[in-house]
Amino acid sequence: MSVLPYLVAVWVFLAGCYGLATSRNLIHAVGCLTVCQAATYVLLIAVGYRDGATAPVYSDIEPASRPVVDPVVQALALTDVVVGATVTALLLALVLQISKRHGTVDPDELSELRG
Amino acid sequence: MSRRVRLWILSAGGTGLAVLLVVACFQLPGFGGDQHPYGDRAVRESLARRTANTVASVNFDQRAFDTLGEMTILFSAVLGTVVLLRQTRDEHRAKPAPAQVAVPVRRYALVTLPVALLTGLYVIAHGQLSPGGGFQGGVVAATALHLLYLGADYRALEWIRPVGLYEVGDALSASAYLVLGLAGVLAGTAFLANTLLSYGTFNTLSSGGAVPLLNAAIGMEVACAAVVLLARFLDQAVEIEESGKTGKTGKSGE
Amino acid sequence: MDHPNHLLPLLVAVPLLGATLLVAGGRRLPRAVAETAGCAVSAATAGLAIFLVLQSSPPMVEWVGDWVPRDGVSVGIMLIGDGPGLGMAALASLLTLAALAYSWHYFDEPPRRHAGSFPALMLLFQGGMCGFAIAGDLFNAFVFFELMSVVAYALTGHRVEEARAVQGALTFGVVNSLGAYAMLMGIVLLYARTGELAMAQIGRRLDEGGPPDALVLAAFVLVLTGLLVKAAAVPFHFWLPDAHAVAPTPVCMLLSGVMVELGVYGTWRVYGDVFSGPGGIPAPDLERALIVLGALTAVVGAVLCWCQRHIKRLLAYSTVAHMGLFLIGIGVLKPEGDGGVALYILGHAGVKAALFACTGILLDRYGSVDEHALHGRARKLRGVAALFGAGALGLAGLPPFGTGLGKALTEEAAGPALTVLFVAVSTVTAGAVLRVGARVFLGLGPKPEEDPSYEPYETTGSGERPETRRRLKRVPDTMTAVPALLLAAALAVGVAPGFATVVDHSVSEAGSGGAFTSPHWTPAGVLLGLTSTLLAVGLAALAVTHRKGLPGEAWTGPLRRLQSGHIGDYVAWLLAGAALLGALALPGIVAG
Repeated sequence: MSVLPYLVAVWVFLAGCYGLATSRNLIHAVGCLTVCQAATYVLLIAVGYRDGATAPVYSDIEPASRPVVDPVVQALALTDVVVGATVTALLLALVLQISKRHGTVDPDELSELRG
Repeated sequence: MSRRVRLWILSAGGTGLAVLLVVACFQLPGFGGDQHPYGDRAVRESLARRTANTVASVNFDQRAFDTLGEMTILFSAVLGTVVLLRQTRDEHRAKPAPAQVAVPVRRYALVTLPVALLTGLYVIAHGQLSPGGGFQGGVVAATALHLLYLGADYRALEWIRPVGLYEVGDALSASAYLVLGLAGVLAGTAFLANTLLSYGTFNTLSSGGAVPLLNAAIGMEVACAAVVLLARFLDQAVEIEESGKTGKTGKSGE
Repeated sequence: MDHPNHLLPLLVAVPLLGATLLVAGGRRLPRAVAETAGCAVSAATAGLAIFLVLQSSPPMVEWVGDWVPRDGVSVGIMLIGDGPGLGMAALASLLTLAALAYSWHYFDEPPRRHAGSFPALMLLFQGGMCGFAIAGDLFNAFVFFELMSVVAYALTGHRVEEARAVQGALTFGVVNSLGAYAMLMGIVLLYARTGELAMAQIGRRLDEGGPPDALVLAAFVLVLTGLLVKAAAVPFHFWLPDAHAVAPTPVCMLLSGVMVELGVYGTWRVYGDVFSGPGGIPAPDLERALIVLGALTAVVGAVLCWCQRHIKRLLAYSTVAHMGLFLIGIGVLKPEGDGGVALYILGHAGVKAALFACTGILLDRYGSVDEHALHGRARKLRGVAALFGAGALGLAGLPPFGTGLGKALTEEAAGPALTVLFVAVSTVTAGAVLRVGARVFLGLGPKPEEDPSYEPYETTGSGERPETRRRLKRVPDTMTAVPALLLAAALAVGVAPGFATVVDHSVSEAGSGGAFTSPHWTPAGVLLGLTSTLLAVGLAALAVTHRKGLPGEAWTGPLRRLQSGHIGDYVAWLLAGAALLGALALPGIVAG
């Protein structure tokens, strides 16, 4: 199935969204957000793959001796990973403060902002 | 909005989006296909500038401006975490108590620490040659220091990592990346232009022109940033305590 | 300088370098020095942006790292230095300067030994916004989109001791990050199809590939979802009132004044460069999508703006309503509409930032932003009252404010049916602001009665703490000078001779490149501006004299209940919005 990796990415993204929407714990919700982001990793790496190719590093293979996978998506994925990790850290810091100020991390019990 | 209504909206939206995305997937070029125009160009340019690890060439040369943004996101998140997890007026610091650690854990941690630290530095230094680089190596080096927390206790960790110094290191290495970029403008070419230094010998440490320098700046930035980030969260877990019944403030809306 | 295009990346590098050095030296620096340095760096960047705007005809292009294309292709990142991009960068820089000057010396104590942290975050925000404004590469745009988002989350939650602030910041963070990831999925789909990342190249490859298919539509929907979340279009808008109501005032000035507008700008840029060709999304589909979502946004924003009593939240909803108008303006796909929206955005930034600044003074002086609790209490603040009133009239589009000119030009491009909507929305939002002004500063009308048995579904503005170290006894000059200057700037946008022509020219040069007109005040435009101003005054008078509640408040209940503050609800709406966007843009793809 040459389309399966893409479908996996779509599945992971939607599963993360489902988790986010139904979450009863904000730490879990931030985790679900990283699941959504994991979908972008899967999609990036899947798009860059080439049949029978190796890593795009020439320290131990001769240039042009073998096909290599797309290095651009790997660089983009690296950027994406760093972005995801930092956003997660920042959001978890906010969750920590929410638990201190509201005494709960259940989104159903946060009722300060509405209307 | 009740949970049921939310689920209805979610399923309606999710179904619509799922259908669209699945149909789109079938119109993507097949998995493993041979059409990668940008990738092929990137490999060519990387070899022309004698950078063996083409991913490093994309990150620190061809698309170094992306990496600047990425580094700044990390820097901002660390600064944001420092601000968000500060000690507030109603909190105080408690001295962490010394902790007992099982002897095998202590021995293992103390033996692994230098190895892990060295691995991290190696991965940073060889970023332009082999898989890895500043981001990956920086994280390894930073977490290596935290083996001391597992092997000894929090006070030992605090002794080995004065957070203030790492904050300054984080900021200065981010500045270094920017200054390396500005050197291009001052020399009359473009920002972050990798044309000022010789490209060296292929597959040696001094290859790729400015790539090793930018890579090193990123390695230091990431290592310092990870240390500060972990320190802020550990502070909250170990040192900072709420005084009194502060957990219930601001519940006036109920 | 022979090559001003080489200076484009400095719009990003200068504020970022300022921020990193402030953090490095912030442990030693006294607060006054750190804040002055922050102001100086943001002013220098603003100066650079203005210098570059003046050089931007014809538009500049810069390849970072000197990766100039060979045989039409490059491996580098392209920056676009045209009028709209550099104009947004200049606007972001000037507003950052205004916000830093506003908070100078008075803003809440910085964390211990981090005197530079607040100005440094503001500079990082400025750098992120500038980077997004000049990005010509889709992935690079995503990176700077995330940069400005991350800084904005931290700034929104800056007052961590406030329960509402941290909740609003988390909502903001989750919804915007999800939008950004959707955008990234879309970018990857485009990369898979075309093998390119620069916007112009992607557009060219799409056009070579023949008519659009579901893949193009999916990429369009995903990328636009991210941008429309930022632009707070209904139903992606829920995060905005929650975040704007709780962010510190100087941050609100930036969020409402320029960050949200960058979402609209991004939509305009991405459509024009990527999807406007024969291989992209057909024009009628885009028109349908943007006008429907824009009209929805304008109506929802205006209605909810009308029934707020939390003043910052009220201003936030007015931003939502105006975002709807901007979306309609770019959605009609006419060069005159684009030029009108550009002027409207400039005028709106000045007016809205000034209104937030005045509200911040109320908060710091009286410890509340609640319309009911503040009734008649600010009678002594005559100067602030005048500024607040002028801001409200500017919001209504009173000639000769820049908002009025922008609104008139956009109305002309949008046609009579949509003009009614423009007038109605400006009337209602400005009427709400005037109502607040009349009650708070003049003490007009009866004090709204509190019925303890009746608990409406709302956020009151009570229980907020001043943002200054202690409650202000007198209002510092910097805090009144900043809104005054902002209003003067909004006025200048409308009256400065030739300014509108320059803006319109640079927008059409960057966009279609086709017909270019000389926009000016028309009798119809002046009349429409006066109409909405008079209607707004009338509406405010009606509300102030009303004894119980607000006119029309009763039937807004269901709409208000949707704004539940629950992250799960907002995520569900986000998916529904993406599906709606797909459905709106579908017909042309099916037919094509």
